Amino acid sequence: MKYTQRSTRHHDVVIDVQHMYKRFGSFVANDDLSFTVRKGEIFGFLGANGAGKTTAIKILSGLSKPTSGEISVAGYNVYNQTEAIKRNIGYMSQKFSLYDDLTLAENIRFYGGVYGLSRKVTRERMDELLEQFGLMDFKKSLITSLPLGWLQKLAFSVALLHKPSIVFLDEPTSGVDPITRRQFWELIYQAAEGGTTIFITTHYMDEAEYCDRVSIMDQGKIVALDKPQKLKQEYQAGTIYDVFLKIAR
Amino acid sequence: MKTILYIVQKEFLQIARDKFLRAAIIMVPIVQMLVLVYAATFEMKNIKIHFVDQDHSQASGELIHKFSASPFFVAVDPSEDVWTGEENLKEDRADVVCVIPSGFSEAIGTGNSTGIQLLINAINGTKAELSYVYCQAVIGDFSNRILAEKSMMAGMGGIETRPRHWYNPELNYKIFMAPGILVILVTIIGWMLTGMNLVKEKERGTLEQLNVTPIHKYQFIAGKLIPFLLIGLFDLTFGLGLARLLFNVPVEGSLVVLFTFATIYLVAILGIGLFISTISNTQQQVMFVSFFFVMIFVLMSGLFTPVDNMPEWGQKINIINPMAYFIRVIRMVLLKGSGFADIQRELIAISIFAVSTNALAIWRYRKTV
Repeated sequence: MKYTQRSTRHHDVVIDVQHMYKRFGSFVANDDLSFTVRKGEIFGFLGANGAGKTTAIKILSGLSKPTSGEISVAGYNVYNQTEAIKRNIGYMSQKFSLYDDLTLAENIRFYGGVYGLSRKVTRERMDELLEQFGLMDFKKSLITSLPLGWLQKLAFSVALLHKPSIVFLDEPTSGVDPITRRQFWELIYQAAEGGTTIFITTHYMDEAEYCDRVSIMDQGKIVALDKPQKLKQEYQAGTIYDVFLKIAR
Repeated sequence: MKTILYIVQKEFLQIARDKFLRAAIIMVPIVQMLVLVYAATFEMKNIKIHFVDQDHSQASGELIHKFSASPFFVAVDPSEDVWTGEENLKEDRADVVCVIPSGFSEAIGTGNSTGIQLLINAINGTKAELSYVYCQAVIGDFSNRILAEKSMMAGMGGIETRPRHWYNPELNYKIFMAPGILVILVTIIGWMLTGMNLVKEKERGTLEQLNVTPIHKYQFIAGKLIPFLLIGLFDLTFGLGLARLLFNVPVEGSLVVLFTFATIYLVAILGIGLFISTISNTQQQVMFVSFFFVMIFVLMSGLFTPVDNMPEWGQKINIINPMAYFIRVIRMVLLKGSGFADIQRELIAISIFAVSTNALAIWRYRKTV
């Protein structure tokens, strides 16, 4: 597949995580996570439900504080520079979280305003993204009238609206049909080509193959982290799915 | 500032698309003005009085006639025995039983003093008290006339009090109640709508998307507050218009004074609503907490019962009851024509409220989960 041949040309670190812990009482959701993500990379976070992926992504996007660890995102630390982080990242939640009683255009205009874009810039960005995402015809439609796959595309376009350097996608394709998933990944690639770093969590093993590097999480720990190709060699498996099964066992 | 305007714009779009909200904003003032003002009455008419006339004299007949002629009393079927009267009292067919003993007219004739027994249903203490006062007035009048007839100094007269009721000369309870109901109206509209609005964003998950943006906490709170402040002021204007139209409520003072106070008051109230929704996770929680406080605020505000009648500790509690301030101010401005100088103390108090409730809301609003 052509995607796997993409190489990472950039080597500057944009996400640096060292010994990240997140505890909820006696439960350890993130257990000593350490990894770095480079600019323009598509970094996949794999794991079963409850492995701690969402917890990690919430910490990195400034929605939650870690218990301990040295963590920086876009050069800012997650303890007291979360607002600076938020200016530099885009985020797409697991659950659709735009306003379903507004139209596509109204949602985008609102977020453009919240990110401090001028009306003119918002309008240009909106047309650019809706065109690219194939949503132009629905610009004036209410969110409630659209199928989930398109909503996910809209959510992604809102995450990209202010041209963030990093975009966090929390299971963006769950519940979406295979064709739309495929289109979604095309869009992810386009964004990455433009230099945007993509941090994505998924429990679809086939999607892991599209990532530049993947880390596999299990019960709060990172149990494997490398290029998909390398992981398959290391575990002598044909697919990431087989890698995952071998590790989980 | 621009960010705040974007939030306000978004809120108005959502409100405009919400059928329930649109209806509530228009219907609540109408219903409150039409129903509550009429229902919340202190005026007593039609006190049901049962006579037990054991005297059957001209004097007792005159007394009964005096009661029947009064607009406040309606005589129910009389009886000979007290027992029937007591039954009527028990069955709610009578509010008052008036027993005129035999020998009543004889005592009057001979100049001896005599008595009348009144049995009053006092389940509602206020009503009983008022019924008693009205009965006293009728009986007192009757007694005075007899004294005057008997006395050789008839016409010399004693001391007569002639009251003039200031600020509400006709003692029209509606123009007293309507301003108070207006306060309840804007309080409930503002408090509930903001409280529900913010927590709804939590429930639907839209708040999470907003929390990953660099939006400032004060911008968010202000953006949530301004739309409902405008709606609250609209409803106040609308309600006041209705009150004028329906009850001819006077506007003695300046509307500038009233709306200045109302604006600061609404900011304070919306701050409470926002604060409650920052500490709640569901609309039910907001409802429950709000209901609890609104209840206490309304009952203690002096809307139905004069604050001066409350025990001292109750009056002290009203220091932290914003509704009590507004009810006092709206009555002062509308009925008495008070100006800024007269409501200075209330204005300062409500400003302190407005600043602190919103500071609390901003402080307690968390951009993290």
